[in-house]
This record gives sequence, structure tokens and C-alpha cells, in this order.
Amino acid sequence: MYCPCYSSGSIGGKELQVYLMAFIVGGLICIVGQLLMDLTPLTPAHILVLFVVLGGVLSALGLYQPLVDIGGAGATVPLPGFGYSMVSGTFEEIDNAGFIGIFSGALKSAAVGITAAVIFGFTMAVLFNPKG
Amino acid sequence: MVSMDGKREEQTFNEQYQRMVDEIKPKPTLMKNLIWAFFIGGLICTIGQVFQNYFIGLSLTKKEAAAATSAVMIFLGAFFTGLGVYDELGQRAGAGSVVPITGFANSIVAPAMEFKREGYVFGIGAKMFVIAGPVIVYGLITAVVSGFIYWLLR
Amino acid sequence: MNKKRGQQSVVFSIPPILKATAAIAGPMEGEGLLAGYYDQVMEDDLAGYDNWEKCESYMMEQAVTTAVKKSGHFMMDIDFLLAGDLLNQLIATNFAMRSLGRPYLGLYGACSTMAESLMIGAMLLDGGFGNKVVATVSSHHNTAERQYRYPTELGVQRPLVAQWTVTAAGAVVMENGTDGPKVTAATIGKIIDAGIKDPNTMGPAMAPAAVDTIWQHIQDIGREPAYYDMIYTGDLGKVGKELVIRLFREKGIDISRNYEDCGCMIYREDQDIHSGASGCASSAAVLCAYLYPQLAAGKLKKILFVGTGSLHSQTSYQQKESIPCIAHAIAVEV
Repeated sequence: MYCPCYSSGSIGGKELQVYLMAFIVGGLICIVGQLLMDLTPLTPAHILVLFVVLGGVLSALGLYQPLVDIGGAGATVPLPGFGYSMVSGTFEEIDNAGFIGIFSGALKSAAVGITAAVIFGFTMAVLFNPKG
Repeated sequence: MVSMDGKREEQTFNEQYQRMVDEIKPKPTLMKNLIWAFFIGGLICTIGQVFQNYFIGLSLTKKEAAAATSAVMIFLGAFFTGLGVYDELGQRAGAGSVVPITGFANSIVAPAMEFKREGYVFGIGAKMFVIAGPVIVYGLITAVVSGFIYWLLR
Repeated sequence: MNKKRGQQSVVFSIPPILKATAAIAGPMEGEGLLAGYYDQVMEDDLAGYDNWEKCESYMMEQAVTTAVKKSGHFMMDIDFLLAGDLLNQLIATNFAMRSLGRPYLGLYGACSTMAESLMIGAMLLDGGFGNKVVATVSSHHNTAERQYRYPTELGVQRPLVAQWTVTAAGAVVMENGTDGPKVTAATIGKIIDAGIKDPNTMGPAMAPAAVDTIWQHIQDIGREPAYYDMIYTGDLGKVGKELVIRLFREKGIDISRNYEDCGCMIYREDQDIHSGASGCASSAAVLCAYLYPQLAAGKLKKILFVGTGSLHSQTSYQQKESIPCIAHAIAVEV
């Protein structure tokens, strides 16, 4: 699979296109979130959960990978990308390690994200006070 | 039977009243909200792409680069929450700043910081996950269930 | 002599007077519509304390001591303190009362507590159980926000119907006397639940309770709404106020000319607080900082002050219960 990101160096048309696609795909996912927020009684917490599950289910059906191929970070930075990384990580681990992969795959691929969230979260909570 | 009539009457009042409330209630400025969500959400993802490209340039694999990117984005979300600006951004951007992973970081730092006053264990430690916890729980359940099906069908 | 009137109201035979009031407010309120009316405006929402709850207790303590000082009495002269706030177990109030050292009854009527405490205070005085009573309430935006909704730094959008909890405290010194605005009658509300479930739409949830109590007051005491110079509800906000006017119109009464909501009197439009103010201190700040001086100066002669409260909790909301609401009314006349 060709990934335009490898063409590092000077900012060419290809690279600009990658950023543009990240912007558009990421923006569109957020628009879906905003529609849910404004038009349904769902709270932001419900929407975050929904998006992770949705990202996971779409990945399992093979429907999220194309979005990642097109949008890059635009598809991996929003929360459905978190579900995507857990599910695709699980499948990969099952391919490599068999049954035990069902239990080890998700957290393996989410390890960096979760650990970063806990460590940075803790650090910021210690360093700062809420402004209200 | 009187009480049943009373109940029915109350129900019809409540339904009529709900309609009256819906009529008067200010509607969300949907178009404006969508535009904000699109631009801020898109912008945050573009920043993510910049880091991702940088990490790939350091010859990390695509997967490693994506993981490193999410770590950086989580740091940024956490840091700006600490500075007290992320909630101001959220007022305007709505889903644009909630849905990206920086919003996930915000959902961890905001309660952790706020409940620090209730101590390091019951405050920061426990409250950190009031919103992020469910996200991880349902993410894991989704992964395990779909993993199990994948394993069966393999 | 029976002082009860009709279904839910009382008329005082020796109407107690409001001797003095005091209000202390947070920085945002201090820049709002009532700027210059408060006895004290805090520079920030901590006032030098290490948490918001302590700041709220400080506000209440400060409001009480200021009001007592303005009344010309000493703390020792006060027979009873009637007080409440929005927090679980009334913690802000309890800690404020700890240092005041006078007999105290804690009241929870959510945002209706100012009217509730004044009403009970008037009953104690008219009943001859004491000579001087202080009624006081407080609310703090950040303590309420973290208890009822989300952490304050969470980046969520507030819907346009949402109201902003007032950071302030108000205190009223009441006594048996003749020189001052009198509490002449009161109507005790009953729970009205119109089936509203969204805790962001509290004004609309409480409006039917306000209408029910005002309507009952009219029936019980036999006064037309036009009897009052102004009818003030506590914290219905813009949307709730409009609903009250509409619900009365359905009953064939136009109250739009002498009706206002305290929640619309605290913040300026450009302060971006959406539908108006809420919280115990919404009605308390308006009464103590603005209405009382107007009454004392004779610019207002007869008002009906209607405290409105939504009595839900985070638990009841998460269990998908609708919001039970209440409104208490007191008539204050010069």
C-alpha cells in the first residue's frame, strides 16, 4: 500500500493533500458528533462511548480501515480511532498468538494512549488548579 | 376512578407543556456549531497529522507513529486543560474539541484536577476515570467481542 | 385566631418586618446588572480559601454578619438562624453556622430556600417564639457545577436553555417591629412535576410550580395579581419567565406587566450565560441587594416574592426521574 507520508523532505503537493484530507475527515467526524449533541439528548460522555464502540465495530467490519487510508490522522486522532486501534490490534494479535490475542490485543495497541493519558493527566492535575 | 382521571389529566398537561417548552426553548445554533466543530476538529486532526508525519520521518513504523502521535495529542489536551483554556475552546467548538483524542485527555484531567481537593487517592486517582473509564470499558468490550467472533470465523 | 387561609396560605396577624439585608457576590455577578448594589464583591471565586466550598461558607458568614451589623443588633441578639444552600447535606451552610454560634435550622428547598426561610422566620416571629431571626442562603457556581453536572474544566458546550448558578450569598434580618417592609402573607408550595427530565432545562421545569403557587396565593388570599406592584420569581430564567406568562395567559390572566424573574436581573446579556441566573442566591441576591433597598425607600410598595426550586439530584437524574419542583411565595408590603 502506498503511503504518501513517506515522501518526507520538502512540502510537496502530495503532502499538502495529506494534511487537507486529515482536516476534512477529522472535521467530518466531529460534525457527526455535533449533530448527535445538538439533535439528540445524548450527553458528551455518551457520545464519546458511542464513538469508540462505533469505531471498533466499523473496524471489525473492515469499514474503518479505508477511512484511515484516506484521512490518516483525521481518522486516528478522533475517538473512533481509539476503537479502531483496539479492534485492529486485537485482530492482529489473534493472527499472531491465537486465542489469547482476544484478551491481549486491545490493551497492547492502546497501551501508549492509556498510559500517556494517566501519566499526563496525573501530572497536570498535580501542577494546575481548576480555574472554574 | 377519580385518581385515574387525575393521572390522565396530569399526563395530558405534561405532554402539552412539553410541547410548549419545545416551542419556546432556544434552538441550538446548529449551522454555527457545525462550522465550529468542523474547523476545530479538522484543525486538531491536522496538527496530529503534522506530528504523525514527523514521527514517520524519524523512521518509526506507521503504527508506532500513530501511537506516538496520540501520546503527543494527549499531552497537548492535558496541558491546555491544565492552563484552563480547553473548556473555553469547548464552549465554542463543541464536538470539535470533545471528539478528538485531546478531548479524551480533557475528560481525564478536568475531574482529576478538580477533585484533587478530595485527596490523591479518592480525588485524583478515583475521579480521573469518571468519563474516560466508560470509554475504555466499552472500547475493550467491543474489541473482545469482535475479536472472539473474528477468532471463531478465522 | 387561625392564621391559615385557604388551601396553602397563611396571613400574619402581627406581620414581622425585614430590618436589614446584606448581599455578597462573586466577580462575575459584581460586573452584572446589579453592579454597585452588593455590600461586597469578591475579587475571585476563592476569596483566599483553598476550595470553593470554603469560599461559599465564607460568603454566607459574611452576609449574615454584615446584615446583623446593618440591623444595629449583635449576633447574640439573634434567636434563630434559618439557612440553606444547594450542596449535599448543606455543607456550605453547616460550616458557616459553625462559627456564628447561634441556634440554627438547616433548610433545603434548593433554589427556593430564600423564600422558604423567610416564610418560616415570619411564622416563628408572628408565633411569638422569638424576636429576631436571620434568614440566609448561598450558592456558588463552581460548587454547584461539580456536584450537579460536570467538572468545571470539562470542555462541554452548555445548551442555550441552560442557566448559570449565581455565586453569592444573601442574608435578611427579620424582627417584630413596625418600621420597615412587612411580610404580610405567605403561600407554601406543593411539589409540581411537569415531567421535565433534562437538568439543563430547570427554568421550564420550575415554571409550572411557580404558576401553581401564585395561582393558589390568589385563590387563598383573594388578591388579584394586579394587587402587587411586582411579582418576582426566583430563578426561572428567560425561558421559564416566558412560560409563566404563557401559562397565566391560558388561565386568562395577563401578568406580563408586573412580573419579572430574578434570574433575568443579575447578568448582562453580553456575559454569555445563556438563559439567565439560577441557584439559591439568584433570588437572594436580587432581594437583598436590590429589592429590599427599593422597598425600604418606598419605591416599591407591594411585592410577591416567589422562590422556585428544582429538587432533583444527580442520582435521580441518572435514574431517569423527572424533576420535582416547588415554589414558595411571600408577600412583602410597605
